[in-house]
Amino acid sequence: MSTTLNPSVRRAQAGTTEPAWVRYSLIGVALTFMFFFLVLPLAAVFTEALRKGMEAYWQALQEPDAWSAIRLTFLTALIAVPLNLLFGVAAAWAIAKYEFTGKAFLTTLVDLPFSVSPVVAGLIYVLMFGAQGWFGPWLQAHDIQIVFAVPGIVLATVFVTFPFIARELIPLMQAQGNDEEQAAIVLGATGWQTFWYVTLPNIKWGLIYGVILCNARAMGEFGAVSVVSGHIRGQTNTMPLHVEILYNEYQSVAAFAVASLLALLALVTLAIKSVVEWRHARELNAAADLPQENPHA
Amino acid sequence: MALFSLPRGHKAARVLPGFNITLGFTLTYLSLIVLIPLSALVFKTFTLTWEQFWAAVTGPRVMASYRLTFGASFIAALVNVVFGLLVAWVLVRYNFFGKKVVDALVDLPFALPTAVAGISLTALLAGNGWVGQYLEPMGIQLAFNPNGVVIALIFIGLPFVVRTVQPVLEDAEKELEEAATCLGATRWQTFSRVIFPSIAPALLTGFAMAFARAIGEYGSVIFIAGNMPMVSEITPLIIIGKLEQYDYAGATAVAVVMLVISFILLLVINALQAWQRKRTGAPA
Repeated sequence: MSTTLNPSVRRAQAGTTEPAWVRYSLIGVALTFMFFFLVLPLAAVFTEALRKGMEAYWQALQEPDAWSAIRLTFLTALIAVPLNLLFGVAAAWAIAKYEFTGKAFLTTLVDLPFSVSPVVAGLIYVLMFGAQGWFGPWLQAHDIQIVFAVPGIVLATVFVTFPFIARELIPLMQAQGNDEEQAAIVLGATGWQTFWYVTLPNIKWGLIYGVILCNARAMGEFGAVSVVSGHIRGQTNTMPLHVEILYNEYQSVAAFAVASLLALLALVTLAIKSVVEWRHARELNAAADLPQENPHA
Repeated sequence: MALFSLPRGHKAARVLPGFNITLGFTLTYLSLIVLIPLSALVFKTFTLTWEQFWAAVTGPRVMASYRLTFGASFIAALVNVVFGLLVAWVLVRYNFFGKKVVDALVDLPFALPTAVAGISLTALLAGNGWVGQYLEPMGIQLAFNPNGVVIALIFIGLPFVVRTVQPVLEDAEKELEEAATCLGATRWQTFSRVIFPSIAPALLTGFAMAFARAIGEYGSVIFIAGNMPMVSEITPLIIIGKLEQYDYAGATAVAVVMLVISFILLLVINALQAWQRKRTGAPA
């Protein structure tokens, strides 16, 4: 490296960035946009919640209806996330580890719930299990209620969070290939051991990433749950639905108090997500520093 | 099962156990949660005659909701393309204080429940809100009318464009830009003729994703829209309205229209992503 650069080299390097004033104005415009569209709404949630002081805030959160909404939200996520985790791992194993006809079609079907409007997602369960639905008469005869009750809320939540974990894991497992698993099998590991000791450590960051995003959506889902819930206070109201009811009753402080809990959940989700990304990047960098195991690969 | 069978001669792939059980579980779960309920939607519309179906999906109030939903989604997705590209560019190319926090914040619309976003944007933009109080004297109203719908949809769609463009910009080869500069291109020419064509597929994909998400969006919009029939009523709200009047068949008919549009958009997005992979040559 000589210190006197050839003029064309210097020009080339200058040519891959912009003059300082352009850089600063672009950063300025981008940050202003982010401030108005992301920071202000987030800040507004907390200021509106605390508008009448801490006392009113705590009181709003100690309402029995608020508590039952919080419990129902956690219950829903506690059922929906593990179900979709199980599905995500199974689907990723089948799709990433094998070649079979119809694979691309299956992958598209897995993504399908993402492109269905939440309202439509709720509607399909009303059509299945509602009083006029396919199974409506049978369910009524057996005194089982699904729609306008907790099972419907769980089902609608499972639907809208369906692809979250699978779509994180499929590309990750495809990129990692089968070599390590095949080696484990050849060395005598059982399928379960192979998954537990070889595959799982490789996909753990993607798994955590998918789970926290799935959880955030499960706890925050509004449209689909709104269609199937029936809005019975203290019974079938999740936190987002409770926020809506309070807001429509002009109980602004109470609405924003419950909303602030959901906003905190969002912030925790973003924090965990960032940590996971940084850890993952660091492991990738560390692996890149190691000497290549197989130079011909 | 013939559709999802292993091709012959792929013995090596079967060294790993678990194909039958994982694929079986995947197909069962997919059918129970997604495919059978969605087919219930299609079958329900068969209870309507063609005339009834057509009347349900082309009523004046429904038509007005399509115009609003598609128009607002289109504008919001366009705004997201411009600002999403800008944010992605700034995050990839420049260094500034707090960059990691800004990067994390981009995903806020994914993590923040839509109802929370809805009431918070409304509180900001209403006549007495932090932002609204300065706009109202100027005669600008952003809440309780179609403008509010666009604002909410911009919020919802922003991460889609940023997160599709960002990795492509990160992988872009600087050598190409150096070569362009050495050959006498100005920085703007380099951007418009070298960088832009390489990120165009990603931008289009981001646009389509933001647009698709915006069309179905419900939670954030209903608080800020005002929900006036013929003016600021989105299509998902029409479905809810018909359901509340126990017009299940009518609600289903409009839902089928939305579902068909979602399918088409999903196929378009898949095609765009395939094009992008071909452009960049990336295996994933």
